[in-house]
Amino acid sequence: MKHVLVCKVENKPGVLNRISSLFRRRLYNIDSLTVSPTENPAVSRMTIVVDATRTDARIVERNLYKLVNTIEVKDVTDLPAVKRDLALIKVHTNPDTRSEVLNLVDIFRGKVVDVAPSSVIIELTGEVKKIDSFIEVLKEFGIAELVRTGLVAMERGRSDKEVPAVAAAQQVNI
Amino acid sequence: MQQTGAEILWECLLREGVDVVFGYPGGAILPAYDTMTQYDIRHVLVRHEQGATHAADGYARATGKAGVVVATSGPGATNLVTGLANAMMDSIPLIAITGQVAKGVIGSDAFQETDVTGVTLPVTKHNYIVTDVRELASTIREAFHIARTGRPGPVLVDIPKDVQLDRTGFHYPDDPIELPGYRPRTIVPKADFERAIELINGAQRPVVLAGHGIIMSGAVAELRGLVEKADIPVALTLLGIGGLPASHRLCAGMMGMHGEAAVNHAIQEADLLIALGMRFDDRVTGNLKTYAPGAHKIHIDIDPSELNKNVKVDVGIIGDVREVLRELLPHVEKADRSLWLARIDTWLAATRERDILHHDPQGKLWTAHVIVDLWKATAGNAIIVSDVGQHQMWEAQYYRHEEPRSLITSGGLGTMGFALPAAIGAKIGRPDAEVWVIAGDGGFQMTLGELGTVVQEKLPLRIAIINNGFLGMVRQWQEFFYERRYSATPLVNPDFCKLAEAYGIAAFRVDRREDVIPAALRAREVNGPALLNFVVESADSVYPMVPSGADLADMIRRPSQPKAQEVHE
Ligand SMILES: Cc1cc2nc3c(=O)[nH]c(=O)nc-3n(C[C@H](O)[C@H](O)[C@H](O)COP(=O)(O)OP(=O)(O)OC[C@H]3O[C@@H](n4cnc5c(N)ncnc54)[C@H](O)[C@@H]3O)c2cc1C
Ligand SMILES: Cc1ncc(C[n+]2csc(CCOP(=O)(O)OP(=O)(O)O)c2C)c(N)n1
Repeated sequence: MKHVLVCKVENKPGVLNRISSLFRRRLYNIDSLTVSPTENPAVSRMTIVVDATRTDARIVERNLYKLVNTIEVKDVTDLPAVKRDLALIKVHTNPDTRSEVLNLVDIFRGKVVDVAPSSVIIELTGEVKKIDSFIEVLKEFGIAELVRTGLVAMERGRSDKEVPAVAAAQQVNI
Repeated sequence: MQQTGAEILWECLLREGVDVVFGYPGGAILPAYDTMTQYDIRHVLVRHEQGATHAADGYARATGKAGVVVATSGPGATNLVTGLANAMMDSIPLIAITGQVAKGVIGSDAFQETDVTGVTLPVTKHNYIVTDVRELASTIREAFHIARTGRPGPVLVDIPKDVQLDRTGFHYPDDPIELPGYRPRTIVPKADFERAIELINGAQRPVVLAGHGIIMSGAVAELRGLVEKADIPVALTLLGIGGLPASHRLCAGMMGMHGEAAVNHAIQEADLLIALGMRFDDRVTGNLKTYAPGAHKIHIDIDPSELNKNVKVDVGIIGDVREVLRELLPHVEKADRSLWLARIDTWLAATRERDILHHDPQGKLWTAHVIVDLWKATAGNAIIVSDVGQHQMWEAQYYRHEEPRSLITSGGLGTMGFALPAAIGAKIGRPDAEVWVIAGDGGFQMTLGELGTVVQEKLPLRIAIINNGFLGMVRQWQEFFYERRYSATPLVNPDFCKLAEAYGIAAFRVDRREDVIPAALRAREVNGPALLNFVVESADSVYPMVPSGADLADMIRRPSQPKAQEVHE
């Protein structure tokens, strides 16, 4: 099963290496990993998608915690969270197919960000599944190039009445 | 006053209470060596950097303090890898200081440049490269903090040569260390705590599994308090030996692959296992699927990632085992579990029948007999540093350790060559203790160059080589599991006595049982180091043995032999 782990780590050289080395060591394949700055310049945020059983994901989570540079780890797989992926897709077009492609872009609420005589670049943000299906329908026109950012995730805000989840740093129950 | 990085390094070590470092110089660490002599720190020059890591490791295990290693860049630093991995596996607090090429040439394949933080990343608890002399002091301080606290481990600090020469004002911070991502945690949810007490008080056939954590956290008295009050038998891991005196009525002995048969039976029949500071290594559990099937399990460990890693537990408590035991003790009820203890005694009696101590030696010298005699000759009071292999297991079985930190051995990595250098560190850390090396002829030859260090440092070590002419433990596996095809296990050895004499070390050759104790007593009288070459029977195996991956109760047992007329024990 795909697990989505959100890690806050110290923004220091070598930290990405420490994190990825932990997955390599256990022979887990990382599906996607994104790193980016956060509201705090001393902290970077990683969203890691990994294919693992629940037990293995727990073990990975705890080992991530053990790294000195890891501030917080959360498995948001089953939590209410906004999960987004962004794709840039360069599709072959000709005068016959262009309007059809633009039509699909509309349906999927994508954006055309570049137009050339024989291709267009489309930008699409959304859930992984939506992007997957968009790519599927574009295949018949011929995809020249494709890039995806990989998943990023953020837990949804809670109403004040909800009991806050135990701060991740205290999640010691097993 | 401005000081150089090199000076700051030694100032920091002094402030961390370091009085000895184990090291080997070279170009990239020369500035540090150049200023070293101005400081009141003993430097022990080893013969190979691996020896320095094991010496620092032995020092740490013997004293409970962090050991310190110094090495140069490139080959000096890569030679540390085995020793760091060894310390990492057994949670030993070490600080390794390595020189690095100057900042400006890092990444250019400069002479003796190696990406040391990269190479050592998986075998250290944490590592650093210091690129600004102003960060040196706080980094060293953090390194010691990380090495010593929580689950201890090795930390490496790589210092480019120019950083050692750069100057800055020296200030050793004394505020509490705040690392956003490093907070060794000890929060025990109340429910877990109560469930643990309920399980302990309700158990009929409990066994305490006491590990290395008991010794590291100094919980020997607390362990004793718990088991005496609740009348619970104790099984020890290899690294937990000494956690409860071998002579204690509740000490059942070692568990696992080469543990006491009675202990393994007790574990398999238990209705409760209370694991204290041990990590259910595969040498301890055998087949996980059939491990202690009828037992509830309580696991107390400081490292959250150990809980439910190998063995699913009913209650996991994260915390320092000493603190947790102190909290638990008042709630544990006094109990009498003599029925259960008597059952274990029956198993123990059956083991005694098969014990080689009761077998006729047939005129040969057997390692188990050597170990028992060394135990007698030292009155059971020595620190024994064992190497890896058959002799290590016989040591664990037959030397009866009464004190914590009296057995020093490489457990998790099983590093041959560990014993001699580790004993150097142990003797330096505990100069008043009698320190013995017990090593196989194979492992001894991996690091025998350290005899030079022993002599140079004038260390009166007692070195017992168990010379069976084989890589014995591998020979045993070949005998049991590879139809006696002894591929690459026979050894052609030097004359170890002559070798010792070349170093000016007194040496004794022993090949008869009756000479063991007299020779050991003579060796103890030598003013300086002494080496004993015990030429023992090679066709001998360590029993019992749980084959790798087998059920813990499926032990290969020593074949019964007719009892000797004249019992030697
Ligand atoms: C040839 C050979 C044969 C072996 N055969 C056996 C055998 O038959 N039986 C056997 O037992 N071993 C055997 N071993 C050793 C085995 O491989 C392991 O090294 C050993 O079992 C580990 O013991 P441990 O779990 O107590 O210690 P460690 O591996 O050091 O683990 C210590 C545990 O305690 C925890 N801890 C540390 N500090 C604290 C604290 N303050 N509070 C709470 N918890 C803490 C740590 O997080 C860790 O989980 C053998 C090794 C070799 C080389
Ligand atoms: C560095 C290293 N290499 C290989 C091994 C594998 N190994 C484990 S025990 C052993 C044999 C040890 O032989 P010896 O030192 O003579 O001791 P004995 O078993 O005979 O007591 C070997 C080769 C190891 N543990 N460490």
